[in-house]
Amino acid sequence: MKSATGKIMTGAEAIRTGTAEAMSADRSVIVMGLGVPDPKGVFGTTSGLQEEFGKDRVFDIPCSENGITGVAIGAALGGYRPILTHQRVDFALLSVEQIVNQAAKWRYMFGGKMHVPLVIRMIVGRGWGQGPQHSQALHAWFAHVPGLKVVLPVLPQDSRDLLLLSVEDDDPVIFIEHRWLHGVRGHVDFVRPQLPLGRAAVVREGNDVTIAAFSYMVLEALEAAKQLAEDGISAEVIDMRTARPIDSETLLASVRKTARFVSADIGTGICSVGSELVSIVARGAYGSLRAAPELVTSPECPTPTSPALSAEYYPRAPHIVAAVRRTLGLKVADSLTAVPAGVELDKPDPAFTGPF
Amino acid sequence: MNERADLFRQLLRVRMVEEAIAEHYPKWQMRCPVHLSIGQEAAAVGVCSRLRCSDRVMSGHRSHAHYLAKGGALLPMLLEIHGKADGCSSGRGGSMHLLDIEAGFHGAVPIVGSTIPIATGLSFADKLDGRDNVTAVFFGEAATEEGVFAESVNFAALHDLRVLFVCENNLYSVYSPIEVRQPPERSITAFAGAHGVVSFHADGNDLDFVRDATGEALRQMSARPGPKLLLLDTYRWREHCGHGYDNHIGYRTEEEYLAWKERDPLEMFRERLTAENAIDATGVSKMMAEISREIQEAFSAAESAPFPVPGSMFAHLLK
Repeated sequence: MKSATGKIMTGAEAIRTGTAEAMSADRSVIVMGLGVPDPKGVFGTTSGLQEEFGKDRVFDIPCSENGITGVAIGAALGGYRPILTHQRVDFALLSVEQIVNQAAKWRYMFGGKMHVPLVIRMIVGRGWGQGPQHSQALHAWFAHVPGLKVVLPVLPQDSRDLLLLSVEDDDPVIFIEHRWLHGVRGHVDFVRPQLPLGRAAVVREGNDVTIAAFSYMVLEALEAAKQLAEDGISAEVIDMRTARPIDSETLLASVRKTARFVSADIGTGICSVGSELVSIVARGAYGSLRAAPELVTSPECPTPTSPALSAEYYPRAPHIVAAVRRTLGLKVADSLTAVPAGVELDKPDPAFTGPF
Repeated sequence: MNERADLFRQLLRVRMVEEAIAEHYPKWQMRCPVHLSIGQEAAAVGVCSRLRCSDRVMSGHRSHAHYLAKGGALLPMLLEIHGKADGCSSGRGGSMHLLDIEAGFHGAVPIVGSTIPIATGLSFADKLDGRDNVTAVFFGEAATEEGVFAESVNFAALHDLRVLFVCENNLYSVYSPIEVRQPPERSITAFAGAHGVVSFHADGNDLDFVRDATGEALRQMSARPGPKLLLLDTYRWREHCGHGYDNHIGYRTEEEYLAWKERDPLEMFRERLTAENAIDATGVSKMMAEISREIQEAFSAAESAPFPVPGSMFAHLLK
């Protein structure tokens, strides 16, 4: 549904827009994080918010990730709805104690008498040598924890919608952004979110195979579906949108229709949410499957920094195409997934120059 | 009852509740760890007696005294320790997760130091709302070794929050003495001072000293918002976790324990109030009988109360 109020914007602008909408709607929403009011505004996602909403509601923090997560939990217990921002997932790891032991369990361990409406934004870095400690996709860690919700928006509309829904949620939400989605442009309508938090979206319909993906891999999956269509293969693409809860219903309905399944996740594969989807499909749609499911993830090593190495680290649309072809028993040429010559794979688009 | 006698009654009540837990524990109906506060009651009662009802308190694993001193209701606490449905945390938490929001006790958790930043955040919410509530957070000296302690003192000082950091130094983290954890030159009060936070160091076994230090800290905080730190020296009598004693296992000496026991916060205060003629033996006996009856009734009610119903495990996970 496109309304007259909508406009084209980037993913970063959509997050900023959603944040401003949430802050306008509810005075208890506050935004805190390292660099939030600085000139770069967390890649533009918080730019101008302090000027618009004041220093009491939008502010920088000391470099104390765990302590400040506790402060945000306390502020949430005191009636606020904080949005706490980390510029990278990797930096947020300092706060795992407060997230996992405290935020996730506060409602439960006190018998439902208190709750923690808290959104924690974390950004997955990629490209231009982000390397081992600026690029980890660890949504599975958080998705493993009862008491947390984990959302991964892809297109600008969802970045805005899921941010609004996360802020409105009465429980802690880990909001995982992908650095390469900040620059992706798309139409955003300023209407009530159409899909609730926790529901996946079929973003391309098809009959021969289901490709379910998280975060940036949704774009690779859509590109793969386009390439597959040239060979007459009709792929259904599901944007999972949340890693906890997982929308098994939408996933299984699709696989029961297509009988083939490829799971594509950002990050490494062992104990990943991508492998969880394979598990869900194996348990819930075994009888419908006509081929073994495939899993497309990064290799089991830290992200290398050198562009020569990172180029072959990240799976791309051709890897998904290859996986789909394997489910169909079709030949996969080695050249399909070879690193293409003359293409700079450490940049989200050719116009980009570093650093991040 | 005069104010002095009432303070004594509070100390006595905390002691008697803890001793009752120790006494009942071998019935094995309290099926969760208990960290008894016996020997450390003056810190809890001294600080909380200076707080208003609207002020807030948070604590850690050894929280029974803080909960009771802040006015936390006895029966929901005992129900919780017994794992019963009507416990203050509906049987999800146990001894280490006490809560009584009405009394201003906003929770305790056993991860060392973890309520320090959360209490700081509660206080931050008060500041944003323009309320002058004080949030006191109790922790042991080992918690000052945690990063979140430094992070919280820094944040509270940065934002001039009304946080009262209350450090009870009982010399041991489980069985590890302070000597193996902190260099002798390390001063917790100097640490706070390095953040511009004024500290007060008092004998944590002397109720009047604790009250004086707390009163002065709160007076200064009232004159000018900002955190204060209380360092209270005290000693745990019973074993780290459980109802018995652990002097025999070899991490501390019986002599050290007996020396601290000589400085019993309850006896010291009883002697002082007797000398002041604020209490007498008859009055104390009457108090003990009343408290004993209250405790017995609460234990009977807790022991016979229903458990959470099977299948209710998922309640309170999410909204």
